[in-house]
Amino acid sequence: MALARTHSVALVGVEGHLVEIEADIAHGLPATILVGLPDTALREARDRIRAAIVNTGESWPQTKITVGLSPASLPKRGSGFDLAIAVAILAAADAVPLSSPAGKMFLAELGLDGRLRPVRGVLPAVVAAEPSLDTVVVAVENAAEASLVPGVRVVAAGSLQEVAMWLRGGPLPTPPAPSAQQREPGASSPKPRKLDLAEVLGQSEARLATEICAAGGHNLSLLGPPGAGKTMLAERLPTILPKLESAAALEVTSIHSVAGTLPPGAGLLTEPPFCAPHHTASKAAIVGGGSGIIRPGAASLAHRGVLFLDEAPEFGRDVLDALRQPLEAGEVIIARSAMCARFPARFTLVLAANPCPCAKASPGGAGCECSPAARRRYLGRLSGPLLDRVDVKVRLQPVNRREMLYDRKFTETSAVVAERVAAARERAARRLRDTPWRLNAEIPGAQLRGSFSPERGALRSLDRAMELGQVSARGADKIVRVAWSVADLAGIPRPGAGDVEFAIGLWLGVTR
Amino acid sequence: MRAKDVLGRDGEQAAVDYLESCGFRILDRNWRCADGEIDIVAVERHTFVVCEVKTRSGTRYGTPLEAVGRTKRTRLRRLAVRWLIAHGIRFDQIRIDVVGLLYEGTGGFTIQHIRGVG
Repeated sequence: MALARTHSVALVGVEGHLVEIEADIAHGLPATILVGLPDTALREARDRIRAAIVNTGESWPQTKITVGLSPASLPKRGSGFDLAIAVAILAAADAVPLSSPAGKMFLAELGLDGRLRPVRGVLPAVVAAEPSLDTVVVAVENAAEASLVPGVRVVAAGSLQEVAMWLRGGPLPTPPAPSAQQREPGASSPKPRKLDLAEVLGQSEARLATEICAAGGHNLSLLGPPGAGKTMLAERLPTILPKLESAAALEVTSIHSVAGTLPPGAGLLTEPPFCAPHHTASKAAIVGGGSGIIRPGAASLAHRGVLFLDEAPEFGRDVLDALRQPLEAGEVIIARSAMCARFPARFTLVLAANPCPCAKASPGGAGCECSPAARRRYLGRLSGPLLDRVDVKVRLQPVNRREMLYDRKFTETSAVVAERVAAARERAARRLRDTPWRLNAEIPGAQLRGSFSPERGALRSLDRAMELGQVSARGADKIVRVAWSVADLAGIPRPGAGDVEFAIGLWLGVTR
Repeated sequence: MRAKDVLGRDGEQAAVDYLESCGFRILDRNWRCADGEIDIVAVERHTFVVCEVKTRSGTRYGTPLEAVGRTKRTRLRRLAVRWLIAHGIRFDQIRIDVVGLLYEGTGGFTIQHIRGVG
């Protein structure tokens, strides 16, 4: 009898694809048919929507209803299509004006009582809808997230009844609260306690290495006895990183939205994320995956931030080696039979490890019960190819009380270091302004040897190290990149012999 | 006779009256065999029609039309063939219809007629 159209969005990874939902009401025995590759959760929508429509006080059409989701070849998952399907059926049944849902996107799960429930991934969905649709209807809980996208009118509703009234020309459902305050950068995620780099006492070299990594986006490995401050340092790395730019913040917020880790009511995430998975984490938990809906893993949740692997040798070897590809490509691609999901994963990797499995305060010295073979086996779990991708390796020494007291005079707060890091990044960005890269760590090897090479003669010691077989070709590139970061921090236009030698030291893990 | 059977009988009579007013020629009513029962056997022009009648006093347990499921529809088709064999008649077209009746309290029914469901 009638055909009605609405729109919603299907997510593949963090990419949204616009889905057109058609409801056709025809003569025949009462039946509801859902076509267009729905998964189990979406198939259940049929019963949810029916209960929601009846409990809202509308009548369920006693005829044959065919609901089509197109493009039909795209697998559609989850409960976010509920509202769009319900509105399409109401429009086809003439309960709301047939053309009223045109140009609008509906994205919410329905409760049996007709309530709208929030769904994951609203931000990337609205981004996908924005070019072609001007209005999105979401649950109240999702309103703040949806309104992060400029140029879209967000209608937040509490129930299907409110949506139906509004489509009939009634008043706008509960107007979304002014989200200006929530959109204020930095207002997001109130931290219980502000961490500060000044709290790490007695590890001046490690602090410097952390600063260099923050400036150039280099990967860092911290090796040292328990209690030396490895975890403290890693946790404080985000505090000296600059805030995310708007494009990066949108990417990061999208990933966290899809993962469902966005704090409720929070605006755009502007702090660089810090992700520290436990060492029992599976490969899927780190790089992403899962059956049915593909979820981003810790590597993607740490996008534009820090991925910290504490007790790195305790991680499964295949888990660590799965990180090699995202470390190179800056993204994770998960292939499934029906689709291919892409998650950005450009993070700074921080590894922390004890020098031996017994983890007594001074390895090889008093109290350590590990044989040299056991020690070697323990660290050998970190595969060569992985360590080859770590630019800066620091060996932390246990600190005594006198050193800690003495160092108190020299520690700098995160704010001071962050300022230097920002200046160094600015310097690098200005140098790289005609290229697609922003950080020293992102410059490909060819350009490094061409337009961004250090001073003449500065590479002599690097050549010698390569001849001795201490440094691989990839390692040599990494050393030059770190040397650039050292020069940027010092404010030198081009790294000299000293900077390169310092970078070789950081690469080989001998700074003393 | 129980109240539900009275309702069913009244509903069937109302369905017959309705079909006749639509130009159906009724051949048989409540024909039984080992497989089950056909409520109404009728002819509309050149089509042989087996008609299932469902009467309900309210929609608390679903509407009358919803009560005719897939198994019921396939059985009706089987019964249609059985009737034709038993009576030695041949038709080019066979159709299954459903007439749903909802009792309206004052003796009247709301009638919904759906053609060709099987």
